[in-house]
Amino acid sequence: MYDPTVARLTYRALLGRRRALILGALPLLLIVIAVAVRALTGADDQTAADVLGGFALATMVPIIGVIAGTGAIGPEIDDGSVVYLLSKPLKRPTIIFTKLIVAIAVTMVFSALPTLIAGLILNGNGQQIAVAYTVAALVSSIAYSALFLLLGTVSRHAVVFGLVYALVWEALFGSLVPGARTLSVQQWSLAVAHKVAGGNLVTSEVGLTTATVLLVAVTALATWYAGQKLRALTLAGEE
Amino acid sequence: MTTLSIDHVSRWFGNVVAVNDITMTIGPGVTGLLGPNGAGKSTLINMMGGFLAPSTGTVTLDGQPVWRNEEIYRHIGIVPEREAMYDFLTGREFVVANAELHGLGDKAAQRALATVEMEYAQDRKISTYSKGMRQRVKMASALVHDPSLLLLDEPFNGMDPRQRMQLMDLLRRMGDEGRTVLFSSHILEEVEQLARHIEVVVAGRHAASGDFRRIRRLMTDRPHRYLVRSSDDRALAAALIADPSTSGIEVDVTEGALRIQAVDFGRFTALLPKVARDHGIRLLTVSPSDESLESVFSYLVAA
Repeated sequence: MYDPTVARLTYRALLGRRRALILGALPLLLIVIAVAVRALTGADDQTAADVLGGFALATMVPIIGVIAGTGAIGPEIDDGSVVYLLSKPLKRPTIIFTKLIVAIAVTMVFSALPTLIAGLILNGNGQQIAVAYTVAALVSSIAYSALFLLLGTVSRHAVVFGLVYALVWEALFGSLVPGARTLSVQQWSLAVAHKVAGGNLVTSEVGLTTATVLLVAVTALATWYAGQKLRALTLAGEE
Repeated sequence: MTTLSIDHVSRWFGNVVAVNDITMTIGPGVTGLLGPNGAGKSTLINMMGGFLAPSTGTVTLDGQPVWRNEEIYRHIGIVPEREAMYDFLTGREFVVANAELHGLGDKAAQRALATVEMEYAQDRKISTYSKGMRQRVKMASALVHDPSLLLLDEPFNGMDPRQRMQLMDLLRRMGDEGRTVLFSSHILEEVEQLARHIEVVVAGRHAASGDFRRIRRLMTDRPHRYLVRSSDDRALAAALIADPSTSGIEVDVTEGALRIQAVDFGRFTALLPKVARDHGIRLLTVSPSDESLESVFSYLVAA
């Protein structure tokens, strides 16, 4: 199911100079914010939860997910170099699964790790807030990677659609329209975080069971479907 | 012995028919797939390589379907036309990766790099390669697993004459070894130099198939049009029309030239200078007016 060569090619493409810079910018911003907030207001649990929930989980994680998830396959399909993977006796789902693992790992490193560091800076993991949001970031990294990998497989405009989903749906609708909140990776991961932190600082619109089922289902379905789409991927000529 | 069979294959994109009911069999040796740009060659090669499903018909390799059959790539090597190829890798890393994806190791990669004579630049990044070097590394990646069928889409595009000759030698060798080699090209001379057997595709249709010389004759025996300017156009016209190699002459007054239609290419080209000399006429311009490849092809389709 996992091919180390596909993984190596994907890592190197994802962590190429330009993309690595974009991937690194948001985590850096988060840590700068954390340092500034801590310096200005001191350690405060509510503020820590606000920064981690409002910026890290609602904005940074999905954007990193978009970059890593779509970037793991989209550019290869766009420029046609995916032909070197497709012209091999490799099962298509193996290619997708491997790329998913890489996307998840990259998203986790660039989103969950900075979330933990920012949380420790903000209030030293008081009330388990840093750990709770880190867990949420880890969990949502998986679902986002699967979703955006699928998007990268089916659409040439994956980054745009991905950002629209991440910013408009998750961030905007999620806070305005109650129904949208239940269909949000962010809320599902918050349900898991709530379980970790306890108390009222980390809350979610959905219950833990629903959240877990939806997270697993979305990840599995997106991955399966991406594999199917790749099997039927046609490389149109330049004519 | 590997035989690629294309059986009543059509492919359309929306309302546009790119490939129209083509049936052909590609056997061992080098075969040229010839056609003008936009004729459907790439579409056809994509279907042969299993990257595009035929709308109707089947493509099989020794009886095995090519579409949605990953195992078939143990036997197929593909050199795509598109440039993109993991430019951030070195040539060697790229070929090694291709070998690994076939379950092979460094040894196979090194052998393939030696075959295309790219060892000297194998540790340079692909992004620094010239077009010809890229083409050779692509070729090495297609050869790592020693495939019995090699598909190349416009492999000579952008190559300089020396690189072109090297690649031709290589492909000829592959064909002589009994591999099935198919390459596409829109340049008649390229195909002529390399392939004895050719398949001609024009506007999505299979226009001709068979021995190159026979098809070449079909192409050269068609009526040729020439634009000729001379010191005495009317005297030249009178002398030329007396010979059966010429079927029509128009005196184009505005251009100040003759428009000549010749039916026997070989005879006409020998006749023209002779007639001119015999009549003391100086030839100022002799230019073929329909030598474009498209006109050659359209003539073939009509034939």
